[in-house]
Amino acid sequence: MGVVEGAWTWLTTGANWAGENGATHRLGEHLYVSGVALLVASALALPVALYLGHIGKGGALAVNLSNVGRAVPVFAVLALFMVTPLRNSGYLPTVIALVLFAVPPLLTNAYVGMRQVDRSVIEAARGMGMSGGQLFLRVELPLAYPMIMTGLRSAAVQVVATASIAAMVGLGGLGRIITAGFNTYDTAQVFAGAVLVALLALVVEGALVALDRLLSPLRRRRTA
Amino acid sequence: MAEQNCLVANDWICGEYLRSRSHELTDAVVQHIWITAISVVIGLLVAFPLALLARRGRHFAGPVLGLTTVLYTVPSLAMFSLLLPLFGLSAALVVTGLVLYSLTILVRNILAGLEAVPQEAREAAKGMGYGPARLLWEVELPLALPALMAGLRIATVSTVALTTVGSLVGKGGLGNLIEDALPSFFKAQVLTASVLCVLLAVVADLLLLGVQRLLTPWTRISGRPAPAAKAG
Repeated sequence: MGVVEGAWTWLTTGANWAGENGATHRLGEHLYVSGVALLVASALALPVALYLGHIGKGGALAVNLSNVGRAVPVFAVLALFMVTPLRNSGYLPTVIALVLFAVPPLLTNAYVGMRQVDRSVIEAARGMGMSGGQLFLRVELPLAYPMIMTGLRSAAVQVVATASIAAMVGLGGLGRIITAGFNTYDTAQVFAGAVLVALLALVVEGALVALDRLLSPLRRRRTA
Repeated sequence: MAEQNCLVANDWICGEYLRSRSHELTDAVVQHIWITAISVVIGLLVAFPLALLARRGRHFAGPVLGLTTVLYTVPSLAMFSLLLPLFGLSAALVVTGLVLYSLTILVRNILAGLEAVPQEAREAAKGMGYGPARLLWEVELPLALPALMAGLRIATVSTVALTTVGSLVGKGGLGNLIEDALPSFFKAQVLTASVLCVLLAVVADLLLLGVQRLLTPWTRISGRPAPAAKAG
């Protein structure tokens, strides 16, 4: 197939990886905005979700937020930022959009994880004389951990996908290789860029699955 | 005069824009609706046999669920671009991409619905002489309908939003208007198309909720006392 061969040639040509518009720089941009956005979103969403889950309030907020997040098109939000003065602020519009779309999965999953902790386990912990803080750190958090990581994974997938759409409104990231290919009717370059973006998403997902296994509090207990 | 000026002044909200471009807006909404509708219908037609296959055992469920999850991980921009050599710049490209995305949610929900059918209901139907096909259509499917409809609503809302990315190949419904407005920073067009897109998702969600109520009248019986209690 001509396109696949063309894409392979594009990917193995050193010149395509060098410079401001090269794949290396675009990959760096993509990882930078994704990483910053994921950190900011986690710092915002996780404390709120864990606290609300601990006190058992705000369930409607957590559920509705993820419904709203699904209904709003990423492309529309990025485009709205680009017709405001925000467009002149470098990576800021991309990072803000990524944070907005990473918060719902993080918040909803962490909240649901906290609420799904077996009530009888919590009763037992309280009966053993655990304080609110001990209950949170030693019972609720370890049991909610799988759902928190599920939220982190879907947020990461969402962030990497959103960062590629940023290219459609002229912002940086790996998606630029694809949009540049569209602009010059270069199908091989479009395909090569798409392979890079898809691979990045799968690698990020795989890395988080590995991290999940490595950090799992239940796994540690089993080996100890 | 003031209305004319809002186009010149590039206001966010512009009545004159709605009036003068109503034809363009209607065309975009119509394209958006049919691309979404076709994608969701095909998605459902593909997801149903896949869910039945996944139900047959773990060695089928693993690959089916794994593959649909991997497809979901691929970013939309990459998905549409990977399909470019196969479909060219066509609506079929966008529809195919959207179908592949909808599969993850639909297969999972149909499977969950079918697996939640009480074993007693199945046994009773078999005892009454129901064959496998009749068991599926008359017992299992109706009982799995609430879970199926929940999945359909999520898939439809996501598909409405994702259709905008189709503007990459010029088939993005309201997304096309957003893309066209960007080079000239045309605020009214970006905002109007974005708001219409969200409205479309909300309307589709409510419509499907209505369909679900009509199809599963038995689920309403337990819910009926609630409004009476509220009034009293």
